[in-house]
Amino acid sequence: MSAIELARSIRAGERSAREVVDGYLATIAEREPSIHAFNVVTAEQARVAADAVDARVAAGDDPGPLAGVPIALKDNLCTQGIPTTCSSKILEGWRPPYDATVVTKLAAAGAVSVGKTNLDEFAMGSSTENSAFGPTRNPHDLERVPGGSSGGSAAAVAAGFAPLSLGSDTGGSIRQPASLCGVVGVKPTYGLVSRYGLVAFASSLDQIGPFATNVADAALLLEVIAGHDPLDSTSIPGPVPSYSQVLSDGVDGLRVGIITELMGEGIAPDVRRRVEEAAEHLAQNGATVGEASVPAAMFGLSAYYLIAPAEASSNLARYDGVRYGLRVDGATTAEMMENTRTEGFGIEVKRRIMLGTYALSAGYYEAFYGKAQKVRTLIVRDFAAAYEKFDVLLSPTAPTTAFRFGEKAEDPLSMYLSDVCTIPTNLAGQPAMSVPFGVGDDGMPVGVQVLAPALGEVPMFRAAAVLEAGAPS
Amino acid sequence: MSDAITRDDVAHVAMLAKLRVSPDELDRYTSQLGAILDHARDMEALDLDDVPPTAHPLPLVNVFRPDVVRPGVDRAEVLANAPATQDDRFRVPAILGEEP
Amino acid sequence: MTDTAVPYLTAKHGIVGLDEWELVVGLEVHCELATNTKMFCSCANHFGDEPNTNICPVCLGLPGSLPVVNAEAVEFAIRIGRALNCDVHSSVFARKNYFYPDMPKDYQVSQYDQPISADGWLDLADGSRVGITRAHMEEDTGKNTHAGAGGRIHGADYSLIDYNRAGVPLVEIVSEPDIRSPEQARIYVAELRTILLAIEASDAKMEEGSMRVDANVSMRRLGEDVFGTRCEVKNLNSIRSLGRAIEYEARRQVDLITSGERIVQQTRHWDEEAGRTRDGRSKEEAEDYRYFQEPDLMPIEPGQAWIDRVDAAMPKLPAARRQAMAAVAGVEPTRTAVVVAVDRQLDELGIAAIAAGGDPSRVLTHIEHNLAVEGAGALSPIHVAELTQMEVKGELTATQAKTVLAEMLTTGIAPAAIAAAKGFETMDTGALEAMVDEVIAGHPAEWADFVAIVAAGDDKKAKKLTGFFTGKIMQTSKGQADGKAVNALLAAKLNAGG
Ligand SMILES: [Mg+2]
Ligand SMILES: [Zn+2]
Repeated sequence: MSAIELARSIRAGERSAREVVDGYLATIAEREPSIHAFNVVTAEQARVAADAVDARVAAGDDPGPLAGVPIALKDNLCTQGIPTTCSSKILEGWRPPYDATVVTKLAAAGAVSVGKTNLDEFAMGSSTENSAFGPTRNPHDLERVPGGSSGGSAAAVAAGFAPLSLGSDTGGSIRQPASLCGVVGVKPTYGLVSRYGLVAFASSLDQIGPFATNVADAALLLEVIAGHDPLDSTSIPGPVPSYSQVLSDGVDGLRVGIITELMGEGIAPDVRRRVEEAAEHLAQNGATVGEASVPAAMFGLSAYYLIAPAEASSNLARYDGVRYGLRVDGATTAEMMENTRTEGFGIEVKRRIMLGTYALSAGYYEAFYGKAQKVRTLIVRDFAAAYEKFDVLLSPTAPTTAFRFGEKAEDPLSMYLSDVCTIPTNLAGQPAMSVPFGVGDDGMPVGVQVLAPALGEVPMFRAAAVLEAGAPS
Repeated sequence: MSDAITRDDVAHVAMLAKLRVSPDELDRYTSQLGAILDHARDMEALDLDDVPPTAHPLPLVNVFRPDVVRPGVDRAEVLANAPATQDDRFRVPAILGEEP
Repeated sequence: MTDTAVPYLTAKHGIVGLDEWELVVGLEVHCELATNTKMFCSCANHFGDEPNTNICPVCLGLPGSLPVVNAEAVEFAIRIGRALNCDVHSSVFARKNYFYPDMPKDYQVSQYDQPISADGWLDLADGSRVGITRAHMEEDTGKNTHAGAGGRIHGADYSLIDYNRAGVPLVEIVSEPDIRSPEQARIYVAELRTILLAIEASDAKMEEGSMRVDANVSMRRLGEDVFGTRCEVKNLNSIRSLGRAIEYEARRQVDLITSGERIVQQTRHWDEEAGRTRDGRSKEEAEDYRYFQEPDLMPIEPGQAWIDRVDAAMPKLPAARRQAMAAVAGVEPTRTAVVVAVDRQLDELGIAAIAAGGDPSRVLTHIEHNLAVEGAGALSPIHVAELTQMEVKGELTATQAKTVLAEMLTTGIAPAAIAAAKGFETMDTGALEAMVDEVIAGHPAEWADFVAIVAAGDDKKAKKLTGFFTGKIMQTSKGQADGKAVNALLAAKLNAGG
């Protein structure tokens, strides 16, 4: 059942939030041991929250648009008094003294959080294999990865542990796992959703966004979490349009461009075929479909793997054993810090910290970080040119369907290449979403990515709704 | 672009980042970072001379907050999360380094 | 006089014994801004509170927290920039990355290649001008307390950290290396402090650390155009220690150079008790701060309207006030009395008193010597003018005027009324002469000596005895005798007796 229908029926008193959450908790109890989507299931708090929703309904109050709807939160979103680990040993046991803005907004909308989901440590990865607490498995095939870094959130929705979840997307961390798990995943325009309380990976790229089983639920969840936040200097002022209301608008007259650079070498043929089918389907529904060129997108990966680690190397400096989280003692503070960080961080996190430190260090800044920022400018320009001709763009979300555990774990570069289609939008600060569109030759889900210019969520959702309706079963 | 990253470079950045790496790890990181940086050389194909850098995707300026005091967090809650405290302060081992 | 007041310019510029050398100093002054809240969060910016009571996720650097710029801090930074004749620019924040436990994020949010203010100058009380390279915004760190080893960092067993100060807004003011003497450095800091107070941007208390000074010191032989290797001296907790430290450092460097050794560029710490600087971290092994633009903050573009508003509201600053005071009094602006008048905020009184007909030189004298007290600024300028007029007319001696002025300060009564009540009238010459004769008669031996000494031309001893007799006569007259008249009478008697 959709989140929208759940909320409607709970608000109408047709079913209780308590019975809904108990139902989802039962599913979790049954399948979670084989999937490991969660770092923690907050069953008790969920029941208390559900009871509060029911009490409000009984009292004639409106608990909000997500009344009683269970939701899973990526474990890099701060939740007051509830452990927030980022799937890292270095934060194990840390209980934030505050809630992320999105968490506050969800509570105000009546949503019921059922737990914190697994991720690649500090959101660095594309398979959830980099979690300090063990990988999450793809509900469609337990031998395969769910994608990452928001693998736990994607798997939770795909496995029916919650109709909704939140993830964060720095280079594809919502869209790629959504694609691999066969669910809808949205990376909003940078600044549309407050980052306050999202543990930072790369501040100029991170955005929080929804996972859902369907486009309408994702649109509703985005409406709830979007909007200006005075606690986030990078939050866009102004009202948020209703995305739910445009879902039935169709794509008649919409100009859709397929990004040619993301349809070539490195993209699996079965995935490419699905994107072509998706474009045909949009054309059949009245869209004008053409070929779009974003030449600099090809250099996105290089730019991203300098910019994101550079910002990360600074964002992750604070994990030093002084104020919270892990401490591994030493004779001096400097030694203690080094011991703590050496033991507390996993290999991928260390790799990126060192890469970013190098890219910013004296003598290399211009050659690496500086150059990457210029490439970022080219990507912004190329997208701007493409959006003069098109309202939305289309591409694969990921180059392949879900891969097997260990397949790329030893070769960081091959892992990084799984973000090649999603990274450019993060660099440009633009929205994009992944919509399930059939399966690949291996029977695993394929996602089609719909991209739009900054604050172009409205045309993006219109296209997504039409794609969803035409997805091969 | 510059020469390939060396073992010494990796040791230096590890030091800057307060990470300790064993000789084995040093070898592995050197080759892995080398591969990633090598891939980044594809940017050399672009003419970037007259391209300004983009540090941030948003065009906002002058984002301010009024100078009004608001309550912070409870000290006890914060100190309860700390690895070591004493006299309502955070306790750390001896600090030998000079303040920069 | 507090330690941080203007060091009046009596001392000779330069360092005794280093005549062949030129001292080159640039100063970095950090001042905490007098905002209600911190730079990037809404915690109170308040000195001396219980440890870790003004803290929140942002200033503790908790994961997920984000900074938002305090508008008032920007306002104060612009004021400082404009008061220092700087161009105020569009600016961005950067992260300065290094690990230190009092810095919650292990990076400091500061400004690097695009500071809010740059390219200004400061005109000092001695008539010199010091260039201002830049004045940028940044955040303060927390405070470490070292346990064991008598509170010193070296040998301490452990340290305790209070983050109340973490995130307090700072402006760092960097001067050009234009300073050439310890005195000039002290005057610069004093002038800066006066300005910060005048524009209400900082309370600028060196003793509480709300104003902190680091000095970059180097030496070169006179006539040389290249700068020598510099050392940065830190831990200067007063204007006095600033002067001492620079002088010490100058001598240390010259000793090294003349003995053929090399100066190592490094940070050195001033040890007030030992009166010397000590080795710190060598800059040659310096950290690599990996500055990059702070992605959590948007650029600041104050725009001309904001700058104009700040300019319009700018109070008159010390240099302009010295000019005004000096012009009215008809003296040079570098005159000590003028500097003192402005430093003690008595220039308005002085200007008004002279405008009301006061004698300029006597007005300045009173300000310089007789008004170093609280509440002097509240004196009626008309009364001060009347007082000096009475002096000019010979109705009051200098001593009597001082007594009347003291009474004016406490009562606010007009000087004529005070003088009358005290029975102050200038003695007529006859009464004074009788008194002089009485004193001479009472000290025959001393008078004989005096006459002999004057005849012998021993000025030094003559001066001493003049003092002796003048003192006795003033004592007898209870201060009512006019000093000049007494001297004249004594001279006449000596001539007559000789
Ligand atoms: Mg500084
Ligand atoms: Zn705070």
